[in-house]
Amino acid sequence: MPLFNSYKIIYLSFLVCLVAAIFPLPIMFNAFRPDWMLLVLSYWVMALPHRVNIGHAFILGLLLDLLLGSILGMHGLLFSLLAYFTSINFQRFRNFTLVQTTLLLGVFIFLAKLGLYWIASSMQEITLHRPYFWSIFTSMLIWPWFFLFMRFIRVRYRVS
Amino acid sequence: MIACCVGLLIADNKYNLFSPARVYLNSIVAPIQYIADAPQKLFSSFSENIMTRQALVDRNQQLEKDNLHLKADRLLLGQLQSENKQLRELLNSEKKFKYKRMITEVMSLRSDPFTHQLLIDKGALNGVYLGQPVINEQGVVGQVSQVGSTTSRVVLIVDATHGIPVRVQRNDVIAIVHGSGAWDQLKVPFVQSNADIKEGDLLVTSGLGGRFPAGYPVAKISRFEYQEGELYATVTATPVADLDRSRYLLLLWNDDPLADADLTLDTPELFDAPVQ
Repeated sequence: MPLFNSYKIIYLSFLVCLVAAIFPLPIMFNAFRPDWMLLVLSYWVMALPHRVNIGHAFILGLLLDLLLGSILGMHGLLFSLLAYFTSINFQRFRNFTLVQTTLLLGVFIFLAKLGLYWIASSMQEITLHRPYFWSIFTSMLIWPWFFLFMRFIRVRYRVS
Repeated sequence: MIACCVGLLIADNKYNLFSPARVYLNSIVAPIQYIADAPQKLFSSFSENIMTRQALVDRNQQLEKDNLHLKADRLLLGQLQSENKQLRELLNSEKKFKYKRMITEVMSLRSDPFTHQLLIDKGALNGVYLGQPVINEQGVVGQVSQVGSTTSRVVLIVDATHGIPVRVQRNDVIAIVHGSGAWDQLKVPFVQSNADIKEGDLLVTSGLGGRFPAGYPVAKISRFEYQEGELYATVTATPVADLDRSRYLLLLWNDDPLADADLTLDTPELFDAPVQ
C-alpha cells in the first residue's frame, strides 16, 4: 500500500474523531461523551508507531484546543505525553488482551483528565463538576468495539 | 521533544503570546466546526419546514399581536427618547441610546469543560471585535473573548473569569458582578453590609468600564446575607438571561462614550464662576 493511501485513511479517521469530539449533544449526555481523540490516537500509536508519532499527537492536541477554545497547548501537551509513553511501550501493549488494554486506556484517560484539570486550575479559577470524570467509563465501554472496528478498517484498507 | 513542548506551551499560556495569531488559528479550525454543526442546523431547518398549517397560522397570529404591542410601545419610546434628549440637552449631558447591532446564531458545539463559553457564527469578517458585548432579548449574555474570521467565542457572565460593572436599578447603588462557575449563579463581592440591596432587586449594566452600554438587565439578587462581624455581605444573584437555552443572540457595537471624551480635569474656577 502506498504511503499516501495509508495517511489518507489515518487522517480521515482523525477528522471524523475531531468532529465527534465537538459534535453537539444534549446537555444530559454531554458528560458521557467518550474521549474520541484519545481513543483514536492511542489506537494508531499502538498499531503503527512508525506512522503516527508524538508530532501528530501534538498537532491534534492543538487543533482540539482551538476547537474547544481552551488554553492553547493544554491538550497538545497531554496528548504528546501519552503518545510518547505509548510509543516506547507499544511492543508490550500489543500483546495485551482486549480487557487489559481497556483497563490501561481507562488509566490513561484518567491521567489525561487529571492533567488537564491540573493545568487549567493552575492557569485560571475553575470549578470542577462531578460528571467531568464520567466519560472515562463510557470511553472504556466504547474502546473494545472501537478497537475491533479500527482493526477491521486497517486490515480492509491495508493501512501500514 | 517533550521538554521543549512543555517549555513552549507554558510560556505561551502564561504570557499570552498567541493572542494576535488566534484569529488565523481559529479560522483554520472553523471548517471542522461548521461540519460538526451542519447536522444540527439541517435538523432544525427540517423541523421548521414540517410544521402544520394550523401551527403556522397560530404562530403568525401570535407574532402579529406581539408586533402590534411592541409597535405601540415603540411610539411611546420615540416620544420618551426625544423628551429625554431635550432634558439632557438642558443638563448639558449627552448620552446615546442607539447602537448598531447584529443577530447571530449559536453553534451548539462542545466547549472546554472548565469554562462557560459559546461559539457564534459571526467573526472578524462581520466586524466582531474582542470584548464586544453580547445580549439576548432577556439581558446580558457575555462578551466576545476570541475572534476568528467566521466564528467567535463568547465568554458568559457566569464564567469564573468574568466580571461586569452593574448598578441596582432601584437606587443606583453600584457593584460588580462576578461569575461563579455554576450555570445559574453570580457573585456580587465587596458589598458593604449596610448597602441598600434587597432580594429581588434587578441589576443593570452601569456602563462604567466602557465595555457594556448602560442600562441592560444582567441579574436579579437571589440572596443577601450579612453575618455579624464580617467586613462585607455575601450577595448572590441569578442571571436574567437563559444562558444555556438561547439560540439567537445580539451583538452590540458599543461606541465607547469614554473613547473620545475629554478626561482631563477642568479647572474648577470655570464651574465656580458666579452666574451673572
